[in-house]
Amino acid sequence: MVARTVLTSDDIDRAVTRIAHEIIEANHGTENLVLLGIPTRGVVLASRIAEVIARNQPDFSPSNSIGRLDITMYRDDLAANPTRAVTETIEPDQGIDGRVVVLVDDVLYSGRTIRAALDALSDLGRPKVVRLAVLVDRGHRELPIRADFVGKNLPTSREERIQVKLVEVDGENGVVIES
Amino acid sequence: MSKFLLTNVSLLGDTPTSVLIEGQHIVAIGADAATVAENSKGAHSVEEIDCSGLIAVPGLVDLHTHLREPGFEASETVLTGTRSAAAGGFTAVHAMANTNPVADTAGVVEQVWSLGLAAGFADVAPVGAVTLGLEGKQLSEMAAMADSRAQVRVFSDDGKCVSDALLMRRALEYVKAFDGVVAQHAQEPRLTEGAQMNEGVVSAELGLTGWPAVAEESIIARDVLLAEHVGSRLHVCHLSTAGSVEIIRWAKARGINVTAEVTPHHLLLTDELARGYNAIYKVNPPLRTQSDVMALRAALVDGTIDIIATDHAPHTDESKDCEWSAAAFGMLGLEIAASVAHDVLIASGASNWHRFAEVLSHNPANIGRLTQQGQPLAVGSIANLAIIDPTERHEAVSTQSKSHNNPYVGLKVGGKVVHTIYRGYFTKRDGTVAATGRSHTAEDTVATAKEKSSK
Amino acid sequence: MIKHLLSSADLSRDAAINLLDIAETMAGVNDREIKKLPTLRGKTVVNLFFEDSTRTRISFELAAKRLSADVINFSAKGSSVSKGESLKDTAQTLEAMGADGVVIRHPASGAAYTLAHSGWINGAIVNAGDGTHEHPTQALLDAFTIRRRLHGLSATGKSLDGIKVAIVGDVLHSRVARSNLLLLNTLGAEVHLVAPPTLLPADASGWNAQIHYNLDEMLQQVKPDAVMMLRVQLERMNAAYFPSEREYARVWGFNADRLALLGAKSLLMHPGPMNRGLEISAAAADSPNSTVLEQVSNGVSIRMAVLYNLLSGERSIDNV
Repeated sequence: MVARTVLTSDDIDRAVTRIAHEIIEANHGTENLVLLGIPTRGVVLASRIAEVIARNQPDFSPSNSIGRLDITMYRDDLAANPTRAVTETIEPDQGIDGRVVVLVDDVLYSGRTIRAALDALSDLGRPKVVRLAVLVDRGHRELPIRADFVGKNLPTSREERIQVKLVEVDGENGVVIES
Repeated sequence: MSKFLLTNVSLLGDTPTSVLIEGQHIVAIGADAATVAENSKGAHSVEEIDCSGLIAVPGLVDLHTHLREPGFEASETVLTGTRSAAAGGFTAVHAMANTNPVADTAGVVEQVWSLGLAAGFADVAPVGAVTLGLEGKQLSEMAAMADSRAQVRVFSDDGKCVSDALLMRRALEYVKAFDGVVAQHAQEPRLTEGAQMNEGVVSAELGLTGWPAVAEESIIARDVLLAEHVGSRLHVCHLSTAGSVEIIRWAKARGINVTAEVTPHHLLLTDELARGYNAIYKVNPPLRTQSDVMALRAALVDGTIDIIATDHAPHTDESKDCEWSAAAFGMLGLEIAASVAHDVLIASGASNWHRFAEVLSHNPANIGRLTQQGQPLAVGSIANLAIIDPTERHEAVSTQSKSHNNPYVGLKVGGKVVHTIYRGYFTKRDGTVAATGRSHTAEDTVATAKEKSSK
Repeated sequence: MIKHLLSSADLSRDAAINLLDIAETMAGVNDREIKKLPTLRGKTVVNLFFEDSTRTRISFELAAKRLSADVINFSAKGSSVSKGESLKDTAQTLEAMGADGVVIRHPASGAAYTLAHSGWINGAIVNAGDGTHEHPTQALLDAFTIRRRLHGLSATGKSLDGIKVAIVGDVLHSRVARSNLLLLNTLGAEVHLVAPPTLLPADASGWNAQIHYNLDEMLQQVKPDAVMMLRVQLERMNAAYFPSEREYARVWGFNADRLALLGAKSLLMHPGPMNRGLEISAAAADSPNSTVLEQVSNGVSIRMAVLYNLLSGERSIDNV
């Protein structure tokens, strides 16, 4: 198995910073903004993006604007695997109704995770608009889903594996392709 | 008349010898047997059967079997039941009275007796009910049953207890008139309402209503005192607890004329088997604890318990293939009893073939007053024998019964019955039960009746 | 994950805590506006109730429906062969209809075990009460209730180590008592049983609990964190387990005097339905210590967690 690093720790920081700015730009500010991370690494990324936004926009309060969305119950592949563990869904204090929700995940691949996230979101409430931010888009979509904010486009073959490592979870930062 | 010469056969574990059987009798043993066989080779052929490595015991006698006919033929008939008996080395069985109609009249017992005769696989001695319809209210016509062609001597309401003290006293007194014996199924009904299994640690966990040991012991204690008081003989069915053993021991020490039986399953299996709720292990009286099993085994060896009796209780598949509390009580036993007895008495080193013969042949024949059964293996005796291979360990299967509620399934046991000879006829030969039974002659029917009534 | 839930003994400590944690998530769903998850969409759950029980049946029905499963309610009275269709035939009929899960309540102890191991049916079996044997989802919801009252929002991941629980009443005939005894021990709690001697098993030596005959003494000496009252069945009086309702209520009923002996933070629990005035006084049942209504709503969350756990993953021999 050959592993090559395609994003270093610095690359990830730059991507996160750029995504944060793009979000602010697209939203014309931070009003009504909510970042919902999809566990596990999407939650970490949402937190990092929120930190950058907070540094640039003083009246952006993370506690009011971050949450986590557990999508286990909405997966379409439950019957094909052993029963999965469930984690908590935490909404920000003021909820998501009528707000601009940005879903955050580490890798966008088939699109099924995001499809599940959209279903979970609609049972949670009615956002005004839903956008998607991902660190890596590796192609091979199986559903008509696209990301609004992308850290890096990484064309891959199906046989390859992408590993996103974030220090909060994996002890180091980096994006690696294994083939 | 057919003639068989059994060669190299060990009688009750003694040095191998020869046995010559002619018609219904053993006519010669040892060197004589070989000589006579030699001499008669011209006139009538003598079939030689090599019994090297095998042990001969007198044909086994079961004091407690359920043949289910009349009334419950779906689970067993006299034919299939006696074929099971033959498979297990038995040459006589006592058929319990809880049939439908109940065997409480001369008519029913004579019917059962005739069916046994027609089948020809074993002597069937019907047991008469103590009370009409087994209802425990009124004595049945026991004298009529004793006088009938069935010559009943054993009376029992088995399945139910004769719990009314006055009725039990009267029954014990009454049977003295014809040398009968009351065989009690000891179970105080008020203490065992809705009971499913032994009352103990396991029943508490499984949430099944318990059948406390004291419900058996209290009845036995009462009955031995009654038997003493009226000077009658008493037989206690299927002892299952250490406490019951103590009471019988005490009673015998006092000189009370009581005999006791134990089933093969109570010598081997415990209530732990109820875990998993498999109703194959549901029986009355229930399987008890390991310490009860050990006490029963010790009692069998030291003489406190007189006999092994199978309580062979066939049940249809649907009455066992359901939740525990809906299932019927009872286990098969005829085909595997000798093997279990072999393992408990012989293989364990606890006793010997003489005791084996006592508990499975002499003593039960004596209690039932069957003069033509349980006879010693001697010249002149009726040729009822079971020939056993002590070394062969085999699967404890049941092949002849109509039912399949075999609790020994999956176990390996020793003491395989190879041949069963019933009144000189091979009802089982080389491990296979004969296709048809022995045709009885008018001569031996009369002879049997005469023997019994002269007692 | 386990294949069936037949007894509290089926759950290891980790598995039990995991179920309680999943139930926390489910409780969140039950509090929001859209009380629905698509997780068991397309699965069929059968409520096979051979005993009358509207509450438990509705609780399971609600749990299954909130997970988007299809629910069939099958009520039958009695099951012995002589009364009509046997348990076997009923089970095989359900199998032919494609039941993925069967929730069974039956008057015979061991019926759930027999159903699960007979080979008649392939689905997951949940024991909703078998005779006097077990009622594992009741024990789970009771443990969940205790945990929530003690730890509030930070209950996730916690056990019941060191918590003292007293179970009071007809222990002998109670499947709730048996399941709770096992589960509470698994979760690290200390269990006390209080009952008249006639309503305790003849041999409870294998049970990990302290036995008391005197309720007042137990309350004073043990100072339990939770007291579970068991329902008394009046038929027991006719079978001479106790002389009269009056005597039972006086000696073992939870009345105002006993309520005063209970700590302010201690829970007073009851699986329902209650005999107000017999095993529990009205005042006690309505006091702040009482968790009767929470137990009901927690029941739905727990049963959702159980159904999710048994039915959502792949079903292969590896899962047994």
